[in-house]
Amino acid sequence: MTTRVLDVSRLPSFAFGHRSILWWATMGMILIEGTAFGLLAVSYIYLKWRVPEWPPGFAPPDLVWGTVTTIIILASALPNELARRAAERLDVPRARLWIWVSVIFAIAFCVTRALEFTTLNVWWDSNAYGSIVWFLLGTHTAHVVTDILDTGVLSTMLLIAPIDANRMVDVAENASYYYFVIASWLPIYVLLYLAPRLV
Amino acid sequence: MLQSVLESAGIQAARVESEWWFIFRVTTVVTVIVLAGLAVAVRRGLRGRDTGASEQRMLRYIGIAGAITVVILFAILVRSIFTSRALASERVSDVMQIEVMAYQWWWSVEYQHPEPEQRVRTANELHIPVGKTVAIKLLASDVIHSFWVPSLAGKLDAIPGHEAVLWLRADRAGVYRGQCAEYCGFQHAHMAFVVIAEPPDDFERWIQAQRKTANQPQSPIEQRGLQLVQQRACVMCHTIRGTAAGGRIAPDLTHFATRSTIAAGTLPRTPEHVNAWISDPQAIKPGNRMPTIALAPEDRAAIVAYLEQLR
Amino acid sequence: MSLTPVVQLEVTEDHIASESRALSHSWAQPRGVMGFLSEVDHKRIGLRFIITALVFFALGGVLAALMRIQLAVPENQFLGPDLYNQVFTMHGTTMMFLFAVPVFEGLAIYFIPLMVGARTIALPRLAAFGYWMFLAGGVFLYVSFFLNIGPDNGWFSYVPLAGPEFAPGKRSDTWAQLITFTEVASLVGAIVTIVTIFKYRRPGMTLDRMPMFAWAELVTSFMIIFAMPAVMLASTSLILDRLVGTHFFNQAQGGDPILYQHLFWFFGHPEVYLIFLPAQGLMSTLIQTFSSRPIVGYVALVTALVATAFMGFGLWVHHMFAAGLPEIGTSFFTAASMMIAIPSGVQIFCWIATIWSGKVRLEVPMLFALGYFVIFILGGMTGIMVASVPLDLQVHDTYFVVAHLHYVLIGGAVFPLFGALHYWFPKFTGRMPSHRLGLISFWLLFIGFNLTFFPMHQLGLNGMPRRVYTYLPGLGWETLNLAAAAGAALMALGALSIVINAIVSLRRGEMASRNPWNAATLEWSTSSPPPPHNFYPERVIGSRDPLWDDPPDQPIIEGIRSDRREVLVTRLLDAEPDHRYHSPEPNVWPFITAVFTTIMLIGSMYTPWAVVWGSIPPFITLIAWFWPRRTDINDESYPVEKARPQLNEATGPA
Repeated sequence: MTTRVLDVSRLPSFAFGHRSILWWATMGMILIEGTAFGLLAVSYIYLKWRVPEWPPGFAPPDLVWGTVTTIIILASALPNELARRAAERLDVPRARLWIWVSVIFAIAFCVTRALEFTTLNVWWDSNAYGSIVWFLLGTHTAHVVTDILDTGVLSTMLLIAPIDANRMVDVAENASYYYFVIASWLPIYVLLYLAPRLV
Repeated sequence: MLQSVLESAGIQAARVESEWWFIFRVTTVVTVIVLAGLAVAVRRGLRGRDTGASEQRMLRYIGIAGAITVVILFAILVRSIFTSRALASERVSDVMQIEVMAYQWWWSVEYQHPEPEQRVRTANELHIPVGKTVAIKLLASDVIHSFWVPSLAGKLDAIPGHEAVLWLRADRAGVYRGQCAEYCGFQHAHMAFVVIAEPPDDFERWIQAQRKTANQPQSPIEQRGLQLVQQRACVMCHTIRGTAAGGRIAPDLTHFATRSTIAAGTLPRTPEHVNAWISDPQAIKPGNRMPTIALAPEDRAAIVAYLEQLR
Repeated sequence: MSLTPVVQLEVTEDHIASESRALSHSWAQPRGVMGFLSEVDHKRIGLRFIITALVFFALGGVLAALMRIQLAVPENQFLGPDLYNQVFTMHGTTMMFLFAVPVFEGLAIYFIPLMVGARTIALPRLAAFGYWMFLAGGVFLYVSFFLNIGPDNGWFSYVPLAGPEFAPGKRSDTWAQLITFTEVASLVGAIVTIVTIFKYRRPGMTLDRMPMFAWAELVTSFMIIFAMPAVMLASTSLILDRLVGTHFFNQAQGGDPILYQHLFWFFGHPEVYLIFLPAQGLMSTLIQTFSSRPIVGYVALVTALVATAFMGFGLWVHHMFAAGLPEIGTSFFTAASMMIAIPSGVQIFCWIATIWSGKVRLEVPMLFALGYFVIFILGGMTGIMVASVPLDLQVHDTYFVVAHLHYVLIGGAVFPLFGALHYWFPKFTGRMPSHRLGLISFWLLFIGFNLTFFPMHQLGLNGMPRRVYTYLPGLGWETLNLAAAAGAALMALGALSIVINAIVSLRRGEMASRNPWNAATLEWSTSSPPPPHNFYPERVIGSRDPLWDDPPDQPIIEGIRSDRREVLVTRLLDAEPDHRYHSPEPNVWPFITAVFTTIMLIGSMYTPWAVVWGSIPPFITLIAWFWPRRTDINDESYPVEKARPQLNEATGPA
């Protein structure tokens, strides 16, 4: 007695992009954190809208380090993309190379980010403006630090842990999360640095 | 003493009450119809006589029911917006201004006047003339409170850093009880006040009397009471105009004995209650800001005697 | 040539038996204490969520009973103001954060994989981590309460009352940090649910064949993702104001207490719907099963869920009508608050039509569903009342709103929930619950509920504000409060009868078959309780109600490996097979990570440095969590060269 059988044994045992479980998990994280950033930005605008002068009582943050950070962040998209593409080709040596380059970029902008904190011209406990500036920058920095640690661990794994195709999926999804870190920075930069000068 | 949404005594509350009866009637009819429909459906379903009702046809009926829902909601919405408009129409500028400052857990009431010495301060009791709109400017000294006299108007929050104005008009003379409606901490439950609506002449007499400085004590015991009030910690917080007492963070006591309650509506103002309150305020209203001041019983009696003649 | 051919094969009894054995072995639950802590079986995690949430429900109920005793007579001395304020805060916080959200999350974790025909949940370790965080948060809250640092500023914790100036001590911090715990749990639960629904549906289960409960949980999960960050922001800003001297809500330094209210209610109103929507899914499930016919208006019901979710984000200001906001804005929120009644109405009409055209069986779950109609419709009507600004200004923050919200949440969510727990009891335990005890529970709860909460409408109109620890005699509130106390006693008996039913039925209940209620969804196609791998053999889905309508010769799915925890990943829209995936093995590190995260979060109530130094241990445990071990390695792609032949299929267009 025979039955109809759907044979799935020849399907691949891993997949990249929106077909993978990890991609969707990453998207979920991005949605959550994107919402948080959005609400933070709205809170910034809300506080700004309540007072006649902005920034109230303090000079806006200095442009230099914020802008340098922005440039490094944007530039780091390149090794990030190269790592992602290498991963999707299962090209372990190149993925390893570019992910390490990404780590170096990330460390570089952590340094400039630290300098950025010293030129905000306001403390978090000065007034509500200072609080929201520090909160916005701090939240983004927390994402950056998390991503560096995450990428660092992954890079280390590529050096010493057994590598299967799933590690390459990890590299690719780590890259999509990093794009979010970049993308979320740009509106924050506009709010913190340009809005007080232009509006 | 009235504290009810459904016993309105002022134009604002009356408008809301009429809105209430409108929505109440409409929703009651809708509820009865829907539950009757459910009952019919369950009866039919229990018999399990599936007559092969087509889903298409049922969906059409669901659509019709949905459309009726929209119409009903729209009617309620329109009426609600008209009520809001009507309520707002009381907002006129050229009216008597009363500033109410909410404290944890009492209300300071100040009748505004261009000349500072003509201003009147009292606590937990508002007098208003019947038939005249008054503007109540609400401020909060510490946390958020909400000013609510159900028989006269809906509530409005007093929020630190924000100023809110509530317009109300009493159309019937009477005593209307109100209470803080926003949770404000320990003694939120004991933060009541009364609004006394009286004929304009009575109101005028009342406010003239309130403008005077405090009565001079007559009898020796009353004089001793005043002396104690001025020597002891009372003056740090309370004001009694015409004496050395000038503290601003507690109720103004200048005409204390004209008020009907103590401790923000917690107890009727009788000599016994006043005495008990002074002897241990924390027992009556735990957590309130008034400290217990050690006083000999006869000293306390003197203070009560003095306070009771502050008419 | 297709990667997934349908072929005629002989599938022998021996083959099925040996595959079942292999599956039971590879999906076996680990033993011992370490095994308990390493659990990744979604059924175990789901049950833990449900049971823990029910324990918190019982605790919240005890707190409610204390309040009713205190208010039964005027000027009662039973609880002082200090304790009463803690009790009502704990009650609200418990019911919202430790019961209502987690219990539905637990149901989702348990039933979504079963309903979509999957062998497990996506990201099971994350789900386990979520559970441990939820448990830690709940235990933390109650330990704090007993250590006298339980919160006392209401479940909404408004500033400035909860801010640094007016709430010295740690009570407010406890509340704010509890939010962090429960939000982490809810958010990971939402991700897990979404990914499972999107990627783990059995072949043939296209989106338009998904069970209504899965739709409800999908929509709810998206709401969680967009709503929860707001309250995290509110509670984090609150804690920063308290701990490091920021001024977000300090009006003296340019902050604003109203900003807190906006953030809180931007979460707080959707919160109501993310309790209510899963219950709507349960209602559709129960009504379909006990009317013995497919649900009427499937598309309308799904649309109603989605519409409710969207509108749910446009109502938050109706909690702030008394805050003196501009009138034009409030009119918009009035309109939105009334319009949300439309999708609820459509759902109710669809259910009535289903009952009308079906063969109704008045089993206990159906009674709870009918109880929903009576209670929720009343709550919906008072909802229309509070949506009207003028009326709301009178009844806001009074017992009228207490009545309204309990009619909506208990009628709209708890009644369907109890119905569903009775309904699914045989699936959880393999035994039938007692019908007679179920009837007793229903009537005690139904009568007790109405006796408790109906008088509160009148109390509110008579001017009784919420959150008062006592009241004076002579205001016309005594009788109504006494009635409420009596009703509460009946409800307590009702809850007790449910516990008795569970215990008795667990021991002596009749053994349950696979599908004792003759339902249509997939969880009833496997044994009660299900095996660790949920299903074998699995058939391709052919209709919306597979157990009623699928032809008997639907193809069997073969080729998912049985020698490891492998699942079939399918495509988002059409559920076509896409790839095979090695689901994570049991692992103790999610538990350890949760322990260290707990330490960090509690430490951060005392010093901001706890965030810096306290983050290091969880980070290390996270590395251990994700570090690939031999059992985790995908042996079909290790070393990587072995994976090359699959590369085209793994990266090609989906």
